[in-house]
Amino acid sequence: MSEILSQIFQIGFFAALIRIATPLIFGTIGEMYAERAGVLNLGIEGMMMLTAMAGFSTTYFTHNLWLGVLAAMATGVLAGLLMGLLTVSLGLSQHVSGIGITLLCSGLSFFFYRLIFGQPASLPKIKPFHTVAIPVLSKIPIIGPIVFNQFALVYIALIFVPVSAWLLYSTPWGLNLRTVGENPKAAYSAGVSVSAYRYQGLIIAGALSGLAGAFLAMAQYNAYTFGVVSGRGWVCIALIVFGQWDPYKSAAGAFLFAFIDALQLRLQASGVIHVPYQVFLMMPFVFTIVGMALVSRNARVPAALLKPFRKEER
Amino acid sequence: MPAPLLEMVGISKTFGSVKANDNVSLSLYPGDILGLLGENGAGKTTLMNVLFGVYTPDTGIIRINGKQVKIQNSADALRHGVGMVHQHFHLVPCHTVLENLMVGQKGRGGKLDRKSTLEAMRVVKDRFGLYVEPETLVSDLTVGEQQRLEIIKALVRGARALILDEPTSTLTPQETEGLFEAMRSMASEGMGVIFISHKLQEVQEITNRVVIMRKGKVTAELDNIEHVSRQELAELMCGHEITPPVKEPVTPKEVLLEFKDVSTPGFARSRLKGISFQLRAGEILGIAGVSGNGQRELAEIISGMLAPFSGSVEIRGKVMNRLSPRDVQKLGVGRIPEDRMEIGLIISLPLKDNMILPRVHEPRFNRKGVLLRRAIDAFVREQIEVFDIRTPSPDIRTGALSGGNLQKALLARELAWDPYILLADQPTRGLDVGAAQFVHEKFLELRKNGRGVILISEDLEELFALSDRIAVMYEGKINGIMPISEATVQRVGLLMAGMEEEVAA
Amino acid sequence: MITFRLEPREHTPLWLNALLPLAAVLATLIICSGLIKLAGASVISAYVIMFKSALFTKFDFAETLVKATPLVLTGLAVVVAFRAKFWNIGAEGQLLAGAMAAAYLGALKGVPAWSLIPLMIVGGAVAGAIWAAIPAILKTRYKVDDVVTTLLLNFVIDYGMMALLNGPWKDPLSGYPDSPDILPAAQFPILLKHTRLHLGVLVAAVATFIIWFLIRRTTLGFSITAVGENPKASSFAGMSVSKIIFLAAAISGALAGLAGVGEVGGIQFQVMQGISPGYGYTGIIIAMLARLNPLGVIPAAFFFAVVITGAEAMSRATGVPVFLADVIQGTALVTMLVALMFNQYRVKFKKVRHE
Repeated sequence: MSEILSQIFQIGFFAALIRIATPLIFGTIGEMYAERAGVLNLGIEGMMMLTAMAGFSTTYFTHNLWLGVLAAMATGVLAGLLMGLLTVSLGLSQHVSGIGITLLCSGLSFFFYRLIFGQPASLPKIKPFHTVAIPVLSKIPIIGPIVFNQFALVYIALIFVPVSAWLLYSTPWGLNLRTVGENPKAAYSAGVSVSAYRYQGLIIAGALSGLAGAFLAMAQYNAYTFGVVSGRGWVCIALIVFGQWDPYKSAAGAFLFAFIDALQLRLQASGVIHVPYQVFLMMPFVFTIVGMALVSRNARVPAALLKPFRKEER
Repeated sequence: MPAPLLEMVGISKTFGSVKANDNVSLSLYPGDILGLLGENGAGKTTLMNVLFGVYTPDTGIIRINGKQVKIQNSADALRHGVGMVHQHFHLVPCHTVLENLMVGQKGRGGKLDRKSTLEAMRVVKDRFGLYVEPETLVSDLTVGEQQRLEIIKALVRGARALILDEPTSTLTPQETEGLFEAMRSMASEGMGVIFISHKLQEVQEITNRVVIMRKGKVTAELDNIEHVSRQELAELMCGHEITPPVKEPVTPKEVLLEFKDVSTPGFARSRLKGISFQLRAGEILGIAGVSGNGQRELAEIISGMLAPFSGSVEIRGKVMNRLSPRDVQKLGVGRIPEDRMEIGLIISLPLKDNMILPRVHEPRFNRKGVLLRRAIDAFVREQIEVFDIRTPSPDIRTGALSGGNLQKALLARELAWDPYILLADQPTRGLDVGAAQFVHEKFLELRKNGRGVILISEDLEELFALSDRIAVMYEGKINGIMPISEATVQRVGLLMAGMEEEVAA
Repeated sequence: MITFRLEPREHTPLWLNALLPLAAVLATLIICSGLIKLAGASVISAYVIMFKSALFTKFDFAETLVKATPLVLTGLAVVVAFRAKFWNIGAEGQLLAGAMAAAYLGALKGVPAWSLIPLMIVGGAVAGAIWAAIPAILKTRYKVDDVVTTLLLNFVIDYGMMALLNGPWKDPLSGYPDSPDILPAAQFPILLKHTRLHLGVLVAAVATFIIWFLIRRTTLGFSITAVGENPKASSFAGMSVSKIIFLAAAISGALAGLAGVGEVGGIQFQVMQGISPGYGYTGIIIAMLARLNPLGVIPAAFFFAVVITGAEAMSRATGVPVFLADVIQGTALVTMLVALMFNQYRVKFKKVRHE
């Protein structure tokens, strides 16, 4: 048993854990901005699929990774704007709009991928991101190779967590955003534009879903497949509940999920337990549901989440 | 007279087919406390929402300090020195007082500017005597403190003209006095205050000028109202004479409902802490109190929504402690909840469905789970007729009806089953005078027929007009209970504020 | 500049109710024609091929009906759930639960042959109901968001099914991950010779009528609608909100489960990966297009069956990627949502002059 454990918990395991957590951090933190402003963005799963496709294709033709990242973010922003049009400007059901965006975006990603690449015999590939060792810090034993020898996008994700906390809790913008999500009337009567903030929340959610998508197709893998996201967007929605709409707690949730995911990957590879590998794939989802069951009862949801705001409504 | 602080000229605003404001003009001068009077639906709130930028008027202009301005949203209004305290507070309960004050304010160096907000709070405290602890969570404040915070919010932003929309409806008489003092000090500092109310006595006490609105128009403007009788004011408001309800003498009979030392679980201030009282047949028992002092819990127990934690509840002689809403109805309790739009009715459904909502399981309306549509239609048509519910059809979306008709529908639905006990929580809130009168007549009719009514109300005038006895709630207890002959506004007010009975009496 | 304002309607004219889904479909086809152009094909011929190939011969028409069968059932499943505002995005998983139960029961030896089909139908419905009951209990007991759990449970059961197919159910001879075939007696009878039109079509039709009756004519349906519109008011009126949500979820799951039973009993005779190409998700679009009216599910399901079957032929003939069908589905949901807004609100335009 201890042999299995030592075999699993190596430096590579923790480095992988951080990599698995990265797209989840992007997705969850992005979703947090939208939900803190009062919009549940169920489009996130589809947005991640579409942005992954857009980023991958751009890089495939330009051979420029960062241009791909930019394209992914721009695509995400566009999808976020569409979500805003439906839920903010038109005040439609956030649930159904989000599902609509996901179905639309996933359809578009399949369509355009096939349109661009046809049905080639071998999977189109790009040269993905390389890890960047940070001088000095990467030489620290244990922590160095785990944390400071990662993809640039990983560093960006890690920095995003404290930056988001600062934005949310210490700036006027963050206070306005939170107020919009708690009581839009209070924000409105204080001269804050509710729709502007909701759009901003969705734009950030879109851009960050772009970073998540780009990371999946261009750093974690080097190709786009139809299963590249496979439920990670939905997991982000769960993590935000688990993280109580707080950047640090959400990131902690992402690491917890990543831990279980990394663990199941190792267990699969170790071949110690003889069950079909799908049983392992199932694990993170089961744990997510159990986790939600544990925390949901006491969750303090932003009070105006799911509620459209029309100032002229009587 | 000095130059006006602000002028509204020829304002009109239409919602669908309703002219909420029809060519309305008014001016506010420095030092003014202007009363804006009118029935519900007269257009007062609409007019003020136009001034505050919530609604854009169809026609009309607004001048501030003599200059024409465009107020298209509340940011514009605030910039021009117009502040508004809404009837329903615009606060975030899970944020602190300071956070609520900093919303929409500029920061310093990209960060929230706590220092200058605290400084502004101190200035407001010095000038007007208004203060709330900045680090308290809003959810921990009393209703009176929350209102104070709303006023501070406007003052901190440098409001020169302040609109107060029905500010006294949730205050004790003593808290109201405190509010009036603050208003006077604002006026003496050269600010203008617009006071919206339908409580004539308060309007006479505090304002120096009154504008009266009816059906979207200004019907009277009075500069000196001390010599105008309340009867006259009331008639100017509703356009016809009002007759107070006639209460015939009725001798109360057997006990219909009894609370014995009832407590509810939890830690909230409004948690019931051992309350006891009786309701007799042929009696209207009024429950007074500032909202949030246990009235909701009391109503929920009688409605079957909440089980007591200890003590016992007897309905018509039977001890009933764990009751569901359906059990309660079977025992002959009719219920008019406080929030008719959210709890009483489902406004997105047709009126017809709402008329049978709590009774769909009665054998009269279904056989083995299959709805008897003909019986339902007949029942609904009959009730619409009997209660004179003004609706184009029973199939109309319930939310399209006026407040008065909604309340009639609720009453019809409950009274159709001839309840022994009627629980009515704020039954006339937001109703116009005619509809309120209708509701009051129904209560007196029940009383005459030997039924019992529990009337929870924040409107002391209503309580004094209808009740046989008044119980006052404070922090989850009954702080005093007295026959109407011994009740005075002063005494009830002190009990509402938590004074002991010996002191109050 | 022209701005607009939304005003709530007091009345919705009847003609508008019927027109809106049609307008949404038309708008969808127009929007998606841009993609056909982008793929270098003629819009008209692409759509003509799409509709012709799905409708014109007896065989094609029957195929389209076969395709519509699971869509009617998942559409109904979503109608019942969404009416109670139980956000069941998990019809896909419940369908798989029903399919697996049917595959297991249909291969049972030692039971009378005549009982196999009824067993599959009941067993599949129960399996779907159980799989939907899990998120319903999590929602009512633990306040867990139903959207997330129903979605995640789709992944759980999908991996669970694949594990079964790669484990106990693996074909020992071929090594393919597909379950053993059901017994011949368990195969659904064919209703029309030389086609695949099977008993499932009838099941879907009967289910539609039953659900229509349930919603319009029974106290349970009345309660489901009331709870969905306003749970607080329903509870005040004496309804048990948790019980109603649970029942709605179970009925919803059972319907989705039946969709799985039809695929196993009538088409595949076994379960394998990809047995449902997203029927559960398409059910959401169908339910919205039907405006949560059970009778509206039939035309809506038929339309998407045409799109899905027609897209294949269209793709072969014009080279437009077959995934156009997915884009049409997503777009239709969005346009229908916008159309629904016109149903509740009247849009007032007005000119704003800038000074």
